Amino acid sequence: MAVHEQAVDGSLLAVDKLTKVFGTFAACDHIDLAIKPGEIHALLGENGAGKSTLVKMLFGVLAPTSGRILWQGEPVRISSPNAARKLGIGMVFQHFSLFEALTVAENIALSMAPGISLAKISEEAATLSRSYGLPLDPKAHVADLSVGERQRIEIVRALLQNPRLIILDEPTSVLTPQEADRLFDTLAKLKAEGRSVLYISHRLEEVQRICDRATVLRHGKVTGACDPRQETPSSLARMMVGSDVAHVSAEGTSARGDVLLEARHLSAAARTPFAVSLKDVCLKVHGGEVLAIAGVAGNGQSELFDALSGEYPVADANAVQLRQKPVGTLGINARRLMGSGFVPEERHGHAAVSALPLSDNLVLARSVSDRKAFLGGGRLGIIRQDAVKRATKRICEVMDVRKSGEDPPAGSLSGGNLQKFIVGRELDRQPSVLVVNQPTWGVDAGAASRIRQALVDLAKAGSAVLVISQDLDEIFEVATEIAVINEGRLSDAYPAKDLSREKIGLLMGGMQVGKQAESLDAH
Amino acid sequence: MRIELEKRPKVSVLFSIFSPFIALALTLIAGAIMFFLLGKDPGYALYSFFIEPLTEVWSLHELAIKAGPLILIAVGLSVCYRSNNWNIGAEGQFIMGAIAGSILPVVFYEWQSPLVLPLMLLLGMLGGALFAGIPAFLKAHLNTNEILTSLMLVYVAQLFLDWLVRGPWRNPGGLNFPETRTFAADAILPEMVASGRAHWGFAFAIIAAVLIWLMMRFTLKGFEITVLGQSERAGRFAGFSSRKMIWFSMLLSGALAGLAGISEVSGAIQQLRPVISPGYGFTAIIVAFLGRLNPLGIVASGLVLALTYLGGEAAQLSLGVSDKVTRVFQGLLLFFVLSCDTLIHYKIRMVWADLTDTVKDGGAN
Amino acid sequence: MGIVEAILLTVITAATPLVIAALGELVTERSGVLNLGVEGMMIIGAVCAFVATQQTGSPYIGIIAGTVSGALFSLLFGFLTLTLVANQVATGLALTILGLGVSGMIGEPYSGQSGAKLPQIVFPFLSDIPYLGPLLFKQDLIFYLSIVLIFAVNWFLFKTRTGLMLRSVGDSHSSAHALGINVIRTRYLAVLFGGACAGLAGAQFSLVYTPQWTENMSAGRGWIALALVVFASWRPWRVVIGGYLFGAVSISQLHAQAFGIGIPSQFLSALPYLATVAVLIVISHNRRTTLINTPASLGKSFVPDR
Repeated sequence: MAVHEQAVDGSLLAVDKLTKVFGTFAACDHIDLAIKPGEIHALLGENGAGKSTLVKMLFGVLAPTSGRILWQGEPVRISSPNAARKLGIGMVFQHFSLFEALTVAENIALSMAPGISLAKISEEAATLSRSYGLPLDPKAHVADLSVGERQRIEIVRALLQNPRLIILDEPTSVLTPQEADRLFDTLAKLKAEGRSVLYISHRLEEVQRICDRATVLRHGKVTGACDPRQETPSSLARMMVGSDVAHVSAEGTSARGDVLLEARHLSAAARTPFAVSLKDVCLKVHGGEVLAIAGVAGNGQSELFDALSGEYPVADANAVQLRQKPVGTLGINARRLMGSGFVPEERHGHAAVSALPLSDNLVLARSVSDRKAFLGGGRLGIIRQDAVKRATKRICEVMDVRKSGEDPPAGSLSGGNLQKFIVGRELDRQPSVLVVNQPTWGVDAGAASRIRQALVDLAKAGSAVLVISQDLDEIFEVATEIAVINEGRLSDAYPAKDLSREKIGLLMGGMQVGKQAESLDAH
Repeated sequence: MRIELEKRPKVSVLFSIFSPFIALALTLIAGAIMFFLLGKDPGYALYSFFIEPLTEVWSLHELAIKAGPLILIAVGLSVCYRSNNWNIGAEGQFIMGAIAGSILPVVFYEWQSPLVLPLMLLLGMLGGALFAGIPAFLKAHLNTNEILTSLMLVYVAQLFLDWLVRGPWRNPGGLNFPETRTFAADAILPEMVASGRAHWGFAFAIIAAVLIWLMMRFTLKGFEITVLGQSERAGRFAGFSSRKMIWFSMLLSGALAGLAGISEVSGAIQQLRPVISPGYGFTAIIVAFLGRLNPLGIVASGLVLALTYLGGEAAQLSLGVSDKVTRVFQGLLLFFVLSCDTLIHYKIRMVWADLTDTVKDGGAN
Repeated sequence: MGIVEAILLTVITAATPLVIAALGELVTERSGVLNLGVEGMMIIGAVCAFVATQQTGSPYIGIIAGTVSGALFSLLFGFLTLTLVANQVATGLALTILGLGVSGMIGEPYSGQSGAKLPQIVFPFLSDIPYLGPLLFKQDLIFYLSIVLIFAVNWFLFKTRTGLMLRSVGDSHSSAHALGINVIRTRYLAVLFGGACAGLAGAQFSLVYTPQWTENMSAGRGWIALALVVFASWRPWRVVIGGYLFGAVSISQLHAQAFGIGIPSQFLSALPYLATVAVLIVISHNRRTTLINTPASLGKSFVPDR
């Protein structure tokens, strides 16, 4: 490809027909990419497009099946992260690369060359973090830090290597809008110093704002290389998704029924040292509306879900009310019997057992609520496989779940298809209350839009829907009202149309409830 | 050279059936090498170890006597292991079952009634269950590791039995031997068929295996066991209680081990002695894994492991090798079973080192 | 030497193997591997040390034989759990069962023979210090090794970069892998170290504690060492404290039996096992501390993407 040859000249890092095959599946298929010195280059693509696989090859975590990597025009073989660091590549992972039990300094030391004392590393880290405006305490244990602070460790750790190229994998997915702004300032500074940045994201707005060039991936192939500022969001989206994605809108939802789900001064102590306690949470969800709860990860979302679902009942029966009846002390199945359904965040090992077939995973959520249909033999509790299989088939058809085989193990489905099944499993019962935690986390755009539409439709039909999500785009698509959770406290709920991203960002950052009104007005 | 694993997209049905057989074959090969190194003719040694005991009626009865307790215990353990509760103290529960069941024929030896035997069996199950209840309680309510507690209690049970038969329960007319009085006729578990010694313990084992297979295969309880074993969190989401499951699985396996203990004592030994088990409780762990934690598979693997006991005795006579060979065979078998199970989930590939790195590793590791 | 010193000396002798084996297992578990086969590696170490000593006449060769055989035996565990990702709990049990069997077979011709006791190494002058001298400076090589090991393990884990890497692997193997640390190699080395320590501890049984070979002579002490690691919440110094406490318990029951205080000997013999259970209950009762201290990847298999 002549165009590509040209691009490779003078580039810092170039990738030529890079391919990675897992079994028979090509996660990256003949990828071409060139990054110039001093540019911020976006790698765009939705979940499962092959972005992470590509980046892992660039950082020496995965070995390519075929193709070449060129560093300053020379072919190189990057056999390990150490080799990548020696070349001058630094990496900021989306997750999975910090050690919770170790201190900040120890975490940094692990990626440095041997022979430097911890004291020296702490000192250098402190200096560097000050000069980039990324304050860090080297002695703190990672387990005690917020998500934003953890990301700073990752960035400082990468910068200490004095890299020529820094790769950031979905860096803003865990940040508040304000924290993201600060990150962009840091990136601008890096660019001014002549360093290159490979910026991986699926957020078009950000990419258009800070990136000089973009390469778009879809199903492991490059579908476009462009200057993002010359494109429109919808043209970029088309390159990413391959077709236009149906737009979801919360229009038509409104609080028109009774209060079906309510939390009254709900408090719960943290169960583990790494968990968050819930503090005096109050919320009301009426029939016909979607209440969305925004917040940065790790601020009590899972704990709130556990308390509302009854997986971990609370001491005060009145703290949780379903259809105006106290249920705080009841277990999850008692609450299901009262017409509610639940979708937890983690698909594997919580909402579903990966090794078991879909039909078993249907029984998982509905063995008590659908006892009459699914069980026979009286007290023996014999599972009626035929009835279960029929219901499984029905759910898969309604939600368009794509699978291999009649009743495959849950683990063999893609994230999006499994999530459609898990949501469909609850919708099939037509619950009057549905609580969903991170409904489309790690799900492809098509499945995400389908799931969001289903949630809105359920509310329109008169049910109360509570959506907990970190994804502001998602929240604005589905919410009738929005509240924000921060360190286990929940803000008041505001009508979605009255809130901007900036205002939500302030609430996410823990703006005091008393000051809320003023600062919201000020914006 | 190194070995790499590649996850199979789906569990291999072929290997989940054949892996125990591959393991058996590998054990036989390793055994042949071992006999060769000991200076014995491997062919003859394996013949006298594994084939000869099957050629006579009396030894088939012995096989059933040994397989009975192994299957009973292993079936209970399979429920524990499937639900992720690591009871490794079945040996102790076996002993306590035997002791509890022996209260009637040893302490109340004057009471004679057809009720004695059924009561003994019930007491045996109760004794095993209660003893397994200790680690169950500690795990369910105090969060104590059941592996270590259940194992420690084995030593306690062995010492307790030792004390009983040397102290308060010693046969007053027994010339000071450390053993209890022999059981009266109605305290003895009868033989199944007239042709030999095999008692009803073997039948109990088969019945237990079939019942538990039915439970695991068809009922919600079986489903609950599987789910909680795979993921406690998913179990909680389903509304299952892992705490109740600890109690259920431990009490069930304790009761079955206790039943095995009292059946062994009442059927085969007919009195209590300081040592009543050649390590059935530990060997049953191997039986459970070789049977792939499936009750019907366990029936087959129980017979195989029972054969290693008989083979060890036979080899001692015909070859003059130590009966310790039995334990070695059992250990090897478990190793090969665990290795071969990898094939069910992974493809194994040999990778020959290639040394063409352009950029060498930094010295950091 | 007074009676108190004599008792303390026996306590040290009983505690030394527990400390050594538990320190080895602590390093293994800090790397995220749960090896329940300590008992098996110990008994292999004991038999190999004894046989080598009988064959060569040198207990020092016995020590080497015990240590090396324990390490080699642990390699079997490493291959199954690290290379073939077999279940660590089941494989540890298998190691114990196999170890008891193989040691019985190797040791059978030697059982009943009286062996050579490991000689004492006396430090001049230091051993004359009243009370402490005979306890600390008139001991055998394995005791001195155990003291070196305590400091070495502490220094290695918390002061060296390699120790930091080992802890990081135990905390999160996927993060360690992403940073370029060789998870499998680190764990193999940790397993080997644990095996060597267990083998050395076993050598102490058959060369110092009771210089002879009897089948199953480890009598559950490998399991007690495992419990000690939990008791110590994965900290080396607490292993030492725990080890000596257990030494004291097992010795006190021997002395109580000797004095014949009227309690049946079986009950006294059961004391160390019951004490283990009691200690586990006390430690695990506080769920919070256990959760904080347990290496987060303990017992989990790691298969890297390639």
